[in-house]
Amino acid sequence: MALLQISEPGMSAAPHEHRLAVGIDLGTTNSLVATVRNGISVVLNDEQGRALLPSVVRYLADGSVQAGEAAQAMQSEDPTNTIVSAKRFMGRGLSDIGNASGLHYHFVDAPGMVQLRTVAGVKSPVEVSAEILRVLRARAEEALGGGLVGAVITVPAYFDDAQRQATKDAAKLAGLNVLRLLNEPTAAAIAYGLDNAAEGVYAVYDLGGGTFDISILKLSRGVFEVLATNGNSALGGDDFDHRIYCWLLEKNNLSALGAADTRLLLTRARAAKEELTEHDETRVTAILRSGETIDTVLARQDFHDMSQNLVEHTLQPVRRALRDAGLAVTDIKGVVMVGGATRMPQVQRAVAEFFRQTPLTNLDPDKVVALGAAIQANVLAGNRSADDWLLLDVIPLSLGIETMGGLTEKIIPRNSTIPTARAQEFTTFKDGQTAMSVHVVQGERELVADCRSLARFELRGIPPMVAGAARIRITFQVDADGLLDVSARETGSGVEAHITVKPSYGLSDTEITRMLQDSNQHAQDDMQARALREQQVEAEQLLEAVQNALAQDAALLNKDEEAHILACMDGLRAVLQTADHHAIKRSVTQLNDATVTFAQARMDKSVSRVLGGRKLTDLET
Amino acid sequence: MQAAVSDFGSAETRFVFDESRFQQDFFQLFGLPTSYRIDHTQLDQHYHALQVQVHPDKFSHLSEAERRVSMQWATRVNEAYQTLNNPIKRARYLLSLRGVDTQEETNTIMPAGFLMEQMEWHEAIQEAEEARDAGELDKLKLRLQHEVHVLQQQLADQIDIERDYAAATEGVRKLKFLEKLAEEINSAFDAIDN
Ligand SMILES: Nc1ncnc2c1ncn2[C@@H]1O[C@H](COP(=O)(O)OP(=O)(O)O)[C@@H](O)[C@H]1O
Ligand SMILES: [Mg+2]
Repeated sequence: MALLQISEPGMSAAPHEHRLAVGIDLGTTNSLVATVRNGISVVLNDEQGRALLPSVVRYLADGSVQAGEAAQAMQSEDPTNTIVSAKRFMGRGLSDIGNASGLHYHFVDAPGMVQLRTVAGVKSPVEVSAEILRVLRARAEEALGGGLVGAVITVPAYFDDAQRQATKDAAKLAGLNVLRLLNEPTAAAIAYGLDNAAEGVYAVYDLGGGTFDISILKLSRGVFEVLATNGNSALGGDDFDHRIYCWLLEKNNLSALGAADTRLLLTRARAAKEELTEHDETRVTAILRSGETIDTVLARQDFHDMSQNLVEHTLQPVRRALRDAGLAVTDIKGVVMVGGATRMPQVQRAVAEFFRQTPLTNLDPDKVVALGAAIQANVLAGNRSADDWLLLDVIPLSLGIETMGGLTEKIIPRNSTIPTARAQEFTTFKDGQTAMSVHVVQGERELVADCRSLARFELRGIPPMVAGAARIRITFQVDADGLLDVSARETGSGVEAHITVKPSYGLSDTEITRMLQDSNQHAQDDMQARALREQQVEAEQLLEAVQNALAQDAALLNKDEEAHILACMDGLRAVLQTADHHAIKRSVTQLNDATVTFAQARMDKSVSRVLGGRKLTDLET
Repeated sequence: MQAAVSDFGSAETRFVFDESRFQQDFFQLFGLPTSYRIDHTQLDQHYHALQVQVHPDKFSHLSEAERRVSMQWATRVNEAYQTLNNPIKRARYLLSLRGVDTQEETNTIMPAGFLMEQMEWHEAIQEAEEARDAGELDKLKLRLQHEVHVLQQQLADQIDIERDYAAATEGVRKLKFLEKLAEEINSAFDAIDN
């Protein structure tokens, strides 16, 4: 499978093997995996030639797990153990979950994220998602004939930090190395934009099964710059199904259905909805557990009427995104439609009317996200230089902390380009105060109670001072995945305390290990051996990267610095073949630390190359 | 992308090999003259050219050290761009480079006439919101944009030509008021939407 590679400037000097990387669209309804083969992004099908894997997971009493079609076929028969649309529960508490999400599960309230009780025990939505990812990973490894170096996983642009963290955890649980979390509309824009050499401002309207996103992007000479994004992470095709379901109940004077009947009617409702995309009317038939039969005709117009306010609901975020971008409808050159639910004619009509142009539907709305993610994965894996295009994305929701009176103080505003960092200073309000608690929140509302709580932590060891004398600097750093890291330190007295928090809803490494051990597929896996192998691969990659860096830029180092790096490399090589993964890890850390200044010098050099190092305007002082 | 970067031709020049570019001020970093009036096309081009060099997407397959440095750089380049691209932030930053504090927190004294105008704006926005009149809000928005534009032109002259920093700080504070009004208009639009 190794493709012949031609090394490009800025890349490793030696031709290297093609690294297997994939893009995964982990959808509410359907998931799929794609990869770049011979320079072309392609979706990988299963053995039966199917691209879409239904995002359905069934837990059986014997501890085995079904995912995909097999699970979907059982959803009415075994509704409480068959989890559909688990994505709606990712990073969500019980109180966040809306009515359309299937009330027939046995929810278990848990701190941070809701869980589900099944015959196989209590499962977190993260574990459910990991089952889907495992199937896709296996499909990819089978098709590509080797282990993956990593995957780009897509998330709705409007996902908050908790939902993103949960997605990343699910990937880890499935044994995937996450190269990047990529926003779904942005992925679609890459696939569309690169294909069509698009230039100008585009809107991506993405209505899937459970989420709605709108992103406004500026495409100019290979740069994909997200100007604003908005959406609703609890609005999608499922809600249209739910409208039909409610209508069926009313029409047939039904109430208080059991779990199996509810699931059955929701499935029928979805089929009816899809049918109405092509036909003026559809007939819904079902036999309930009681033996009662349902046979009702639904006209397209009636469906449009009952779902009209859902369609309108999507236009609010669209207007907000335009306002945030400072643009008018007339500035939009094209509207890219993504997600299966955009097939509905009333949605296309509403979007066309709003933007005063026919939306672009020439790409497969089911596949475009995965195709874009695969293109990004190929670049991130280092298979090709991305000098010809660049992605600049944003965070969808403001980040802040709680201040006096339960109010939020925004620290990073929504639509800030990532990566980004912002620091703010706070002070003590009592004499001799030695601790301060920090509550991190996300959202646009003024009251903390109306925002999502991300994390709470305490900064201790502040030297006692009079009120208002301490200087506590809180720094928010959002990385290129859109994930937040918060640190705080006291700088007023020169004494520093420093803490870095991972938001509380994120799984700890021990929890992930436990889940890994719990899951059947991995029970036999020798964890120890796996950890060692991963550590070795990481070490080998690091050695290769440093070797290449030295080949290019050793001149930036003085003799001592170079000798130190070489010594660290030798040290790592010496332990690499031992079975001691702690020793390998230590040596990897040493080598990384030894190369920080080198990395800085290299960066300075490449920045100089692009903006002068030639002549610069002399700056007034 | 390299083609995007042209020469920044100017009389006096200097070489900057000896200092880390990470320490440079934002104008230096972007290779732009230190002035309030700014060439936005050039700003955007240089921003993109810099991000092409430093963005984490270019380093994800490299060592931990290189990835860390890349994130720091990309973060700084984003901060620099946001500062230079935003008229208020750019003014505040430029004045701070000249040792002038805009005193936005401490100095709340504004000309009475200006404050009166603020009241009128405020009422007009509220009325439009209560009447759920999006057309009126659009008009107010346009008018406000015009006022912002006029103020920015004044500010540019005060900073770049007259070097009247006292007047400029007041200009920044005024712009800050207008920014608040723009936010009010946006939330009025939101309120009408719901
Ligand atoms: N022909 C169709 N007409 C109407 N809705 C459709 C059609 N095809 C798919 N859908 C709907 O699209 C949604 C799934 O879209 P998809 O993009 O796969 O979602 P997700 O990304 O959330 O997995 C479902 O609600 C499904 O019923
Ligand atoms: Mg989708």
